[in-house]
Amino acid sequence: MSLSKSTEFINGAKATIPLIIGAIPFGIIFGTLAEPSGLSIWGAMAMSLFVFAGSSQFIAVGLLAAGVGPALIVATTFVVNLRHLLYATALVDKVSHLSQAWRAVLAFGLTDESFAAVNSRYLGRSDTTHAHWFFLGSIMAMYSNWQLCTWLGIGLGELFPDMTQWGLDFAMSVTFLGMVIPYLRNKPMWLAVISAAAFALVLRDLPHQLGLVIAALSGICIGYASQQIDIRIRVAKATAAATEERKR
Amino acid sequence: MNETLMIVGMALVTFPVRYIMFALAGRIRFPLWLNQSLTFVPPAVLTAIIAPLILMPNGQLDMSFDNPYFWAALVAGVVGFWRQHLLTTIVVGMVSFVIFKWMMN
Repeated sequence: MSLSKSTEFINGAKATIPLIIGAIPFGIIFGTLAEPSGLSIWGAMAMSLFVFAGSSQFIAVGLLAAGVGPALIVATTFVVNLRHLLYATALVDKVSHLSQAWRAVLAFGLTDESFAAVNSRYLGRSDTTHAHWFFLGSIMAMYSNWQLCTWLGIGLGELFPDMTQWGLDFAMSVTFLGMVIPYLRNKPMWLAVISAAAFALVLRDLPHQLGLVIAALSGICIGYASQQIDIRIRVAKATAAATEERKR
Repeated sequence: MNETLMIVGMALVTFPVRYIMFALAGRIRFPLWLNQSLTFVPPAVLTAIIAPLILMPNGQLDMSFDNPYFWAALVAGVVGFWRQHLLTTIVVGMVSFVIFKWMMN
């Protein structure tokens, strides 16, 4: 028996609650950082309403505070959000039967958090008749919470204008650090991260934060190259072992 | 005005990336090399952003006891690997930043 639309919707919202709890401090910190970094209240709110991408919003305020121009902020947003291509690729078969309007709405809300919740829904229950309502429920919960937290953060920033002195400028750095750690599970990832850091330090003084873009691209290339070498070595070893086996 | 353009620009590079696969409904598949290199994008970008902020807060490499960013990041990194929990990492990092900053003043 398939679940009703409303049950799916509520389940989707419920499944996202633990992830929402994790997103609350980010939303608040984003709101408080907005003004000191030079973003207007309306700008901060509009970013949460229309861009709706936590990590790129964080990066945007961080780069704004560092005096980076809008063009490079947009370019960085693009690069950071490329990971969403992977999420969409993973889910595309589940939504391809829906109308284009449905697909557009679901794509707009495809955040890290909703992806995590929705992906486990599709992996968990084989009945997917109304599973897109689960997806929508997850998005609505995430979206409304994000707006509320941004607004709260803006208010807190207004109340305590020296909150940035409390170390909130370090908040972005440590958030990103925490986001990088789960990736560091193999040698290619380590190499990618270490080389990105090294290039970023050496090229720091290039104009328009070009160093950042070059460093990120170098990290990606070096990580990918190392991964390919590892794969080749593993294949070679396996082939060698297989031949050895056959000789006996 | 600049701000409006920036936000419009950010929205214009965020939504299509999320939408293109859904819009085409699986009619395109990415080559394997692209999928594999995409996994390196987030860690490489995030690291390239924070490395100078943490290690060069005053414009030059500073790993001395006067740099609270470096020491707080080190503590957060160790805790992050140990606990593998994002919120814990952030809270520990921020608390230790405040403590280091206060100690160094």
